[in-house]
Amino acid sequence: MKDEPVAKNTLTKLASAFIRKEPFGLVLIIAPWNYPLNLTLVPLVGALAAGNCVVLKPSEISKAAEKVLAEVLPQYLDQSCFAVVLGGPQETGQLLEHKFDYILFTGSPRVGRIVMTAAAKHLTPVTLELGGKNPCYVDDNCDPQTVANRVAWFRYFNAGQTCVAPDYILCSPETQERLLPALQSAIARFYGDDPQSSPNLGRIINQKQFQRLRALLGCGRVAIGGQSDESQRYIAPTVLVDVRETEPVMQEEIFGPILPIVNVRSLDEAIDFINRREKPLALYAFSNSSQVVNQMLDRTSSGSFGGNEGFIYMTLPSLPLGGVGNSGMGRYQGKFSFDTFSHHRSCLLSHAGLEKLNEIRYPPYTAWSQQLLSWALASRSCTLL
Amino acid sequence: MSGKGSKGAAEDPGSEPTLGMDPFEDTLRRLREAFSSGRTRPAEFRAEQLRGLGRFLQDNKQLLQDALAQDLHKSAFESDISELILCQNEVDLALGNLQAWMKDEPVAKNTLTKLASAFIRKEPFGLVLIIAPWNYPLNLTLVPLVGALAAGNCVVLKPSEISKAAEKVLAEVLPQYLDQSCFAVVLGGPQETGQLLEHKFDYILFTGSPRVGRIVMTAAAKHLTPVTLELGGKNPCYVDDNCDPQTVANRVAWFRYFNAGQTCVAPDYILCSPETQERLLPALQSAIARFYGDDPQSSPNLGRIINQKQFQRLRALLGCGRVAIGGQSDESQRYIAPTVLVDVRETEPVMQEEIFGPILPIVNVRSLDEAIDFINRREKPLALYAFSNSSQVVNQMLDRTSSGSFGGNEGFIYMTLPSLPLGGVGNSGMGRYQGKFSFDTFSHHRSCLLSHAGLEKLNEIRYPPYTAWSQQLLSWALASRSCTLL
Repeated sequence: MKDEPVAKNTLTKLASAFIRKEPFGLVLIIAPWNYPLNLTLVPLVGALAAGNCVVLKPSEISKAAEKVLAEVLPQYLDQSCFAVVLGGPQETGQLLEHKFDYILFTGSPRVGRIVMTAAAKHLTPVTLELGGKNPCYVDDNCDPQTVANRVAWFRYFNAGQTCVAPDYILCSPETQERLLPALQSAIARFYGDDPQSSPNLGRIINQKQFQRLRALLGCGRVAIGGQSDESQRYIAPTVLVDVRETEPVMQEEIFGPILPIVNVRSLDEAIDFINRREKPLALYAFSNSSQVVNQMLDRTSSGSFGGNEGFIYMTLPSLPLGGVGNSGMGRYQGKFSFDTFSHHRSCLLSHAGLEKLNEIRYPPYTAWSQQLLSWALASRSCTLL
Repeated sequence: MSGKGSKGAAEDPGSEPTLGMDPFEDTLRRLREAFSSGRTRPAEFRAEQLRGLGRFLQDNKQLLQDALAQDLHKSAFESDISELILCQNEVDLALGNLQAWMKDEPVAKNTLTKLASAFIRKEPFGLVLIIAPWNYPLNLTLVPLVGALAAGNCVVLKPSEISKAAEKVLAEVLPQYLDQSCFAVVLGGPQETGQLLEHKFDYILFTGSPRVGRIVMTAAAKHLTPVTLELGGKNPCYVDDNCDPQTVANRVAWFRYFNAGQTCVAPDYILCSPETQERLLPALQSAIARFYGDDPQSSPNLGRIINQKQFQRLRALLGCGRVAIGGQSDESQRYIAPTVLVDVRETEPVMQEEIFGPILPIVNVRSLDEAIDFINRREKPLALYAFSNSSQVVNQMLDRTSSGSFGGNEGFIYMTLPSLPLGGVGNSGMGRYQGKFSFDTFSHHRSCLLSHAGLEKLNEIRYPPYTAWSQQLLSWALASRSCTLL
C-alpha cells in the first residue's frame, strides 16, 4: 500500500514525487468452474487487499462450490463491501450492463470478447484470463519416461480441465514411438490398471462437456485409453495419434483428459506450426538440450512458458498468471494481483512557497532564461547535479 | 495507393473508398510479415530505430518548430519545452536503458522449484497501433512511439489529421529515419480510422476523448486487443483559503493558458471560496498581464485555437457565467484571450464539457469537504490540483479523491518526469506510459520456468498414487509458510 517514491529531475528536485496506489472502486470477478475456489478466491485476495469493494460471480456450473461461496463465504467478510451474485449467461449479461471500476474475467475467448465489449461502454479496465490450445513440444533428444511422467501428470490432473494444461504434443514419428509406451506406463502407474477406480482421477464437470469430449474420441486413432462412462461422466486418460490439423480435436481447446499427438519433422516445423495459430496461454518444450528449449522460448509467444516442466509455475506467486493475444490480457497472482486491482496515481507535491525558483519558467522569456530552462529540462543535464 | 505509408481517402478527398478496397491491408500485412521474421527482436535493431528517431528530431528541429507554429501558434521555445526536448529525453532514456529493460527478470522460487530457472521475459506484442491527437502532435505521437519501438514491436502511427502541418512532417519525413518494413504512417479522418480499427492489432494506444475511447475499446474487443487509453475530463483545481494568491495565480495561469489551454492535464476549473476568489482575481489579472503583456493577442507566448470548429465551440463558452478577465476573441486568428469566468453554474456548458481552451471558470465552494464532494460526484479526471499552504489540506484532497495524477501546489510539471507514468482512471482512461512504463506497456511479460530435463527422482513425490507421507510432504513444501525454513 505504501507510496512509491520516484526519481526527480532538476525542475522538481525540491518536490515530493511518488506513486500512490488507490483502489479502483467496485470490482467484478467472474470465475469459471474448473478450479472454482482457486480462480475465484485468488483474484478476490488481490481485490480486497487493494481496497476495493467486490462483487463475485462464481460459475453456476460448479454448483457445489457456488453454494459454499454464496452461502458461507459472505459470513466471513464485511457484507457492506462484498457480495456474491448468482446466475447463468443471461444474468451475467444483465450484470455486465452495469458500470464497474474493474472486471477480472476467467473463461473462454468467446465470452472474453463479450465481457470486454460490455466493459468498453463504461471505459472499465479489464483483465481477461482466457484459453487456447497449449502446445507441448517433445524433442527427439529426451528421456521418454521422464517426459511422459511430467506431461501425463499435468495433462490428466483434474481430468484435463485446466486452462494451462498441455493440450497437444508436437513430436517426430520416432519420438512418438518412444513416447507411447512411456505414456502408457505413466498412466498405469498414476491411475492403476483400472483408472476409473482411481481416487486420483477427476470427472468431467457436466453432460454437455462430457458429450463434447466423447465426440473428440473419434478423431485420429486411439492409441491409449478411449473408454468413457456416461453415468459417471468418466473419460479414460487417452492419447490420440494420426490426428489431422483440421479435425475438431485440433480446432478447439480440449479441456479434458485427451492428448493428441501431431507429428512434425523438426523444431522449425514445430515452431511454424505453433506460430500459425493463436498465441496460447501456456507453451511447453521438453528436451535434454537447453538450446532447443531456448529456441522454442525465443521464437514463440505465449502467456507463460514451461521448459521440461508443466504448470508448476502456478505455485509461484512471483510469476504472474496471464495470457497474450487470444489467450488474454492483464495478469494477477501475488503482488501482481494487488497492482492489477490498484490505480497507480502519479503524484507531485511542491512547496506552496519558494515562488522565486519558479520565476524562470514564466513568460516573457529572455534568451538566457530560455537557455537555462531548456538545459534544466534536457535529461542530459541530470548527470551534472 | 502505393508510396510512403497508406493514405486512404485522405489523398483524394473527393472520392469515396471503393467498396471492398481496403487501403490498409497491404501495409499491415507487410508489417506483420516483418515482425514474424524476427526483424525487430535484436537490441541492435531497436537501438538503431531509436537513434533514427533521435536524428529525426535533431535534423528537423526547425521544420518541426515551424509545423507547431503553423498548427498551434506555438513559439519555438514552447515547442522545445513541451514537445521536442521531452521527445529527445525519451529517446535518450530508452537508448540508455534498452539492455536493462530487455533483460529477463529473475524471480523468487519456492521449495518445489528451487532448482529451476524462473524469470519474466519481456516480448513485443507484434503490431502496435498508436493513434495520436492534435494538441501536442509531436509529443503525444513520438513518446509512445519510443516505447513501442524499444519494446521491439512493428508500429503503425496514425497522427491527427487536424494538426495538418505536424501530420505532414510525420508522414513525409519521419519514415525516412526508420526501417519502413517495420513502421508505417497512415493518414485519414474518423472514417478511415474506423476502417483501420477493423483490422487486428496486437496493442493499441489511443489518446483522445472518452467518447472515441469507447469506440476504440469496442473495436479492440473484437480482436481481444489490449489497449491503453489516454482520455480526458475536467481537471479540478482546488484553491484553499490558506494560500498566497499571487503564487497560486502564477502557477495556475501558466498551466491553464499554455498552448492556449489545449492540454489534457491543464487545470480546467477552480474551486474556491468567494473570499479567495476575490483575492485570486486581481492576482490572475496580474499574472496574465505579466506573462502575455497588456495586449495578449500580440504576445509570442500565447497559442491559438487549432481550428474553426474548436474556436466556435470555445467562443460559445464565453457566454457562461460572467467574464471577470479577458473574454475577447478574434475569429480571423482563432484567438481567444486568457479568460476567467465567475458566477458559473454547474449546469452551464462550460462546466459540462472539457474546456480545452484558455478559459478558466471559478466555481465557489464553502469548504474543503464541499470541494471534495463536488469532485467525487463527477467522473474521475485525468489530473487534479490542490493549492494550499497547509500540507494537511493538500493531503486531504489527495487521500479523498481519485484521478489519473495529482499535483500539489503545482501544475503538470510532473509530465517532465519519466519516472512518473502518465495515465488516467475511470472516464479519463486506462493504462499508462512514459519512460520505462512505455516499454512495459508495449511488452508482454511472459512467465517462464525452465526445469532440468533430468533429476526425475526429485519429482517422484508429486505423482499419484499418494501415500499419507508423500501427501504431507508435498502439502508442506507447497505451503508458503514452509519457505522460511529453507
